Amino acid sequence: MTMRKIVIAALGAALGAAAGLSFYQSRHLPEPVVPGPGVTAVKKLSDYFGPLEGTANDVNVYVLEGAEPGGAFLVLCGTHPEEPAGRLAGWIFAENASVSKGRLFVILTANRSASTVTRLGGAYPPDYTIVTPWGGRTFRMGDRWSSPLDQWPDPEVYVHYPSRQELAYIDIRNLNRTFPGRPGGTLTEKTGHAILELIRKERVDVVIDLHEAELQYPVISTIVAHEKGADLATLTSMMLSSEGGFAMGVENSPRALRGLSHREIGDNSDAVSLLLEAPQPFLDATRGRTDRALLLTGRDEFVVRAGKQGLLFEKIDDAGWPIDVRVGRHTSTILQILEIWSEDNPGRAVVAGGVPRYDEVIKSGTGAYLKDVKTADPAKIVYE
Amino acid sequence: MITVLYYALTAFVAVLLVRNFIDRKKWQEEVLYVIVLLPFVLRILRLK
Repeated sequence: MTMRKIVIAALGAALGAAAGLSFYQSRHLPEPVVPGPGVTAVKKLSDYFGPLEGTANDVNVYVLEGAEPGGAFLVLCGTHPEEPAGRLAGWIFAENASVSKGRLFVILTANRSASTVTRLGGAYPPDYTIVTPWGGRTFRMGDRWSSPLDQWPDPEVYVHYPSRQELAYIDIRNLNRTFPGRPGGTLTEKTGHAILELIRKERVDVVIDLHEAELQYPVISTIVAHEKGADLATLTSMMLSSEGGFAMGVENSPRALRGLSHREIGDNSDAVSLLLEAPQPFLDATRGRTDRALLLTGRDEFVVRAGKQGLLFEKIDDAGWPIDVRVGRHTSTILQILEIWSEDNPGRAVVAGGVPRYDEVIKSGTGAYLKDVKTADPAKIVYE
Repeated sequence: MITVLYYALTAFVAVLLVRNFIDRKKWQEEVLYVIVLLPFVLRILRLK
């Protein structure tokens, strides 16, 4: 072997080592959670479906149980980890909420595997930091699909179970296309099955799945509701749009599109299933540089230009869609759903407090509601 | 089982790429083989 070959091979090895180190650090970035006073137990998803134990998706389930008996809610975050407002809203609940009646279950990273990778070829940042009064908290950026390291290869065509509907091949790793899941299926299908097992075993009344959407997607700034939750979603939309400080629409969950939480959870359990969409310009195809600033500020001149051409389904201006606005929309909507449900179903009420609403999150910032890990009791800290 | 076979395929292709890298005479082709090899190595090492 010539000296030239050795030099080229060494340069290649250095390049591979640098890339590999970056990917490794991104995949293993620890995300601490300081459970708030309302958290009475931290379970694992494998407590509801054993075969998930030891996998990337054996995630934490935060249980907030009130002194008074009542109903049960599940707030599902991180079904698509690349939509961070949902996870951050969940973090605020896990670290701040208190429940006086009923039980509240919070999953911060429903598809943890997808949180350990970013979109291949997408040039996404590996992580982002939320500024807090005591410094900052860094989170994994994540992707829409489970990591190929945890589930590979993909089929030519993904056949959804049990409907047998044919979907895009890559969506076999999309948790929001694999509900209700399959006990003997892929990791993503097992995860969906485990979440359904939790819902059935804990007799969950309402499931709220938190998402964000690009402004070029027609289902945006809305609640997508299974028919069982149409009244609840409509009332919530009316209250938020008139008194909540922001407009919120309602969409019916289509019966013909399978695998989505708002359809399959409602069809395969007694729970009402709702999905919330907040606007996220970071996901728009016409965006400019895909960096942390865009993720957190939601400001992009190219998306604004698309809006001027009438190509968007949500308004945008130079102010963008900052992360605090998107997180606040989610916290306020969850609180509103809790209130309306509890008024209409006093025997299955879930009463929660300690969580900021839309205007409070915008005023103080998301970081104001994240606890300082350095001053927390180390024995209480858990990791996502 | 399918996953194991895919990892075996990946390793096999990586070996072929290394062999071709050794056989090349032009430096441009050597660089090309090294770059093509990288994602295969990262997958075998379960880094990406």
